[in-house]
Amino acid sequence: MNEAFRDKVDISLTVNGEPVEARVPAGQHLTDFLRLELGLTGAHASCEHGVCGACTVQVDGAPIRGCLMLAPQADGAEVWTVEGLSDTDAIKDLQEAFVARNALQCGFCTPGMLVAAKDLLSRGGIPSRQEIREHMSGNYCRCTGYEAIVDAVETVARARAGKGAA
Amino acid sequence: MTIEFGNPDRPNSYIGKTVPRPNAGRLVQGRGRYVDDIVLPRMVHVAFVRSPFAHARIAGIDANEAKSVKGVLRVFTGQDIAEVCTPWVAVLAHLKGLKSPPEYPIAVDRACWVGEPVAAVVATSRAAAEDGAALIDVDYDPLPVVTDMMSALDAETPVLHEDMGDNLAFRRLHEAGDIEAAFKSAHKVVSTRFRTARHTGVTLEPRSILVDWNPAEGQLTAYHATQAPHMMQTVLAEHLSVPESRVRVICGDVGGSYGIKVHVYPDEVATAAIAKIMSRPVKFVADRLESFTTDIHARDHEIEARIAVEEDGSITAMDIDDWTAIGAYSVYPRTSAIEGNQVVNLCGGPYDFKNYRAQTTVVFQNKTPTCQYRAVGHPIAVAITEGLVDQAAAELGMDPVEIRRRNMFRDDAYPVTSPANMRFEGLSHHASMNKLMELMDYDGLRAEQAELRKAGIHRGIGIASFIELTNPSPFMYGIGGARISAQDGCTVRMDPDGSVVALSGVTEQGQGTEAMLSQIVAEGVGVSPDKVRVITGDTQVTPYGGGTWASRGAGIGGEAALQSARALRESILTVAAAMLQTEQSRLDIRDGQVVDAATGESRMPLEELGRIVYFRGDTLPKGLPRELVQTRHFITSDYPFAFTNGVQASYLEVDIETGVVKLLKHWCVEDCGRIINPQLVDEQIRGGIVQGLGGALFEEIHYDADGQLLNGSMADYLVPMAAEMPDMVVGHVETPTKESLLGAKGAGEAGTAGAPAAVMNAINDALRPRGAQVTEMPFTPERILRALGVLED
Repeated sequence: MNEAFRDKVDISLTVNGEPVEARVPAGQHLTDFLRLELGLTGAHASCEHGVCGACTVQVDGAPIRGCLMLAPQADGAEVWTVEGLSDTDAIKDLQEAFVARNALQCGFCTPGMLVAAKDLLSRGGIPSRQEIREHMSGNYCRCTGYEAIVDAVETVARARAGKGAA
Repeated sequence: MTIEFGNPDRPNSYIGKTVPRPNAGRLVQGRGRYVDDIVLPRMVHVAFVRSPFAHARIAGIDANEAKSVKGVLRVFTGQDIAEVCTPWVAVLAHLKGLKSPPEYPIAVDRACWVGEPVAAVVATSRAAAEDGAALIDVDYDPLPVVTDMMSALDAETPVLHEDMGDNLAFRRLHEAGDIEAAFKSAHKVVSTRFRTARHTGVTLEPRSILVDWNPAEGQLTAYHATQAPHMMQTVLAEHLSVPESRVRVICGDVGGSYGIKVHVYPDEVATAAIAKIMSRPVKFVADRLESFTTDIHARDHEIEARIAVEEDGSITAMDIDDWTAIGAYSVYPRTSAIEGNQVVNLCGGPYDFKNYRAQTTVVFQNKTPTCQYRAVGHPIAVAITEGLVDQAAAELGMDPVEIRRRNMFRDDAYPVTSPANMRFEGLSHHASMNKLMELMDYDGLRAEQAELRKAGIHRGIGIASFIELTNPSPFMYGIGGARISAQDGCTVRMDPDGSVVALSGVTEQGQGTEAMLSQIVAEGVGVSPDKVRVITGDTQVTPYGGGTWASRGAGIGGEAALQSARALRESILTVAAAMLQTEQSRLDIRDGQVVDAATGESRMPLEELGRIVYFRGDTLPKGLPRELVQTRHFITSDYPFAFTNGVQASYLEVDIETGVVKLLKHWCVEDCGRIINPQLVDEQIRGGIVQGLGGALFEEIHYDADGQLLNGSMADYLVPMAAEMPDMVVGHVETPTKESLLGAKGAGEAGTAGAPAAVMNAINDALRPRGAQVTEMPFTPERILRALGVLED
């Protein structure tokens, strides 16, 4: 093992709106930092090579693979996880739509799915089903077959557009 | 007591309605509790050193350098673990001749596949354990490997397990009627070679286990991502020499299973053994490469098959020669011969014909062991059967729907026994086909297909009828000697405030078990589903049961829940009748109230009855039974399995320039008997279909000739993602089983069973005008271009 890899790095960031200061191993990825150091177990480690999307969290407004970002790279960043997005009701309509449509089964992909869907919905308008499918294609779900997820996202997009017009 | 299922306005009519899943709200907030989320005091982590060779003798293990890594506490070899844990042999007595050698949690002197555990490193963090594992120096002497299936039994092929004598694990031949005469006199005979690729389940949550051993209490506690907590309790008790009453398996949230998490894995048992040796909690969570190399694989089959038909399309005979290679060991305790056995049992399933011969040959090889994965054997048997039927139809110039209608068992023919000796209580092939035709507008779609073909667009329509084995009795495993429960139980209790707790032996893997049980218990007792708290997945508190496998949760666990709920209702009414000075038969429970059965008028809230029973029992007549907790168990006994049926259709477009298949739409009509929650059933079907579509188009584990797994990452082993998947239309026919009051059969595997065959038939329907055909899954662009003759080298 490389000595440089063993080094610790001091970081300062906000997570779910709260300031966090920590001394982390230089090689620790953001998902491990959130899970192991902060106890935020909503983002899941699954493939750990950036394919499955189960670890997706929001960093500085964008959906990010927590397994492809090192914790030291998050120094100064604003990080939101499913826990914070839940506590602030930021995605309440989306979560309710997922439950109503049964757009989750085992729930392991769900926190990442929600962050990915939030990103699409934040662009406004009503995306087509194929656009929703393309956007969500970085997030793997083995349980649902995706249709319920597409339905839930589409429902929220329509509801939000309706509200905006009213 | 019966329930008027036919009357949607009956009181407490929760069975048959879509109600929300009680656990979904938690999961969308990231408040799930999966094994890797659990942290215990003094917890350590284990990482495994795994064989880089498909077959090698272990000449020595040097752990000195690993032990010097900061955080590394101990290193274990196979011998170390063998001192506290006995090996297992995965055979079943009713699969005559099945053989497999003893398997140890960590290889003792020989590794037999790439990924087999060879040593374990325990450290204070997972990272340190991995660093330590990388520094273990294992001295391997490579041995000759067996990798090819079809030559595994050849005289010049080395024998993988010397003590076994040869590489044959199991062979079964089933014959009915006069197969040779039928083929000799047939109007047409169609022969085809099929291949299904080696798959794995790719659960998003990797296999995970956290085991604690408390020597002061003699208690082993395993937090385990599993489908069968009681089976694991029994296995850990037996192999670690602890009484079953002192082994507690807790199965909280599980991140996907599909059959992958119903087996005994060497590394997981080793983790338990290490916890027992170290007397502290030990966590093991597989990484993604470990998932690919050590989760069970499945579906690696090669099949020669032929069908004989008359001029009018009548099927007279089928002849199936199935081969499968199961890796280095039969997997404990379900064994790896079941999949081949299922192919023998299920081929030809929907059809009424007389002459049937099927043989499965199951061989060992130096690859990851295969075992039961969602829809075990069904996708293979359905692909063979439906592929042959379509080809026969094409030979006869007959419509694929018409040939099926001419051969499917009549809907009024039941009970019947199939040529494979499967007994069907009641199926609905024709009603299902009729419904499918309506849903998909078959004739309209054919017209559209013909129109587009003129424009050079190659679309195909594929149909696949199927049967699905659900609600297994002990005939599946128990009679073979496996300690796998086909029975399941439920305890239902009324608490003082009138709310109800149900403890069930079946587990929640995300399919909606808790919602399904809450609806059944709600209706059975007479309260609303939100008043029912369902507890699953803890062997210390739930009745002993089988868990989740072979689509048994609703049919078996659901019936146990219904019977226990009805029993609790009777107990409540016994007390209520005494309190209200009336006859029990005049009372009912509706929406949490004891009511007058005739008028529905409220007589007493359950809360008041609870107050009296729990706190003022002195006011009730002495000797009055007041058991507000009831347990019932259920097991099927009239039929070995409750078969279901259905039919799927795929509509797709093949780009004949690139060989790329675009799925346009998919339909499934299925008959799982009584539907408890329509939304949950539909989503089981959809999820199952997509798993089948993955097998049809993308999924294939590749090995080289040395037994090296070549695509052990999610970037290389392709799974279905949202963009490529179609919308799916799901319809139902309901033929409840008469074996239970509930009447439910399974629905979890129907989608996976039929989807690959529907896609295969649709692709071949699209390619037929070009004289091309594909029968080797997955149907990659390369295979399609080869079939078209575009690629030839």
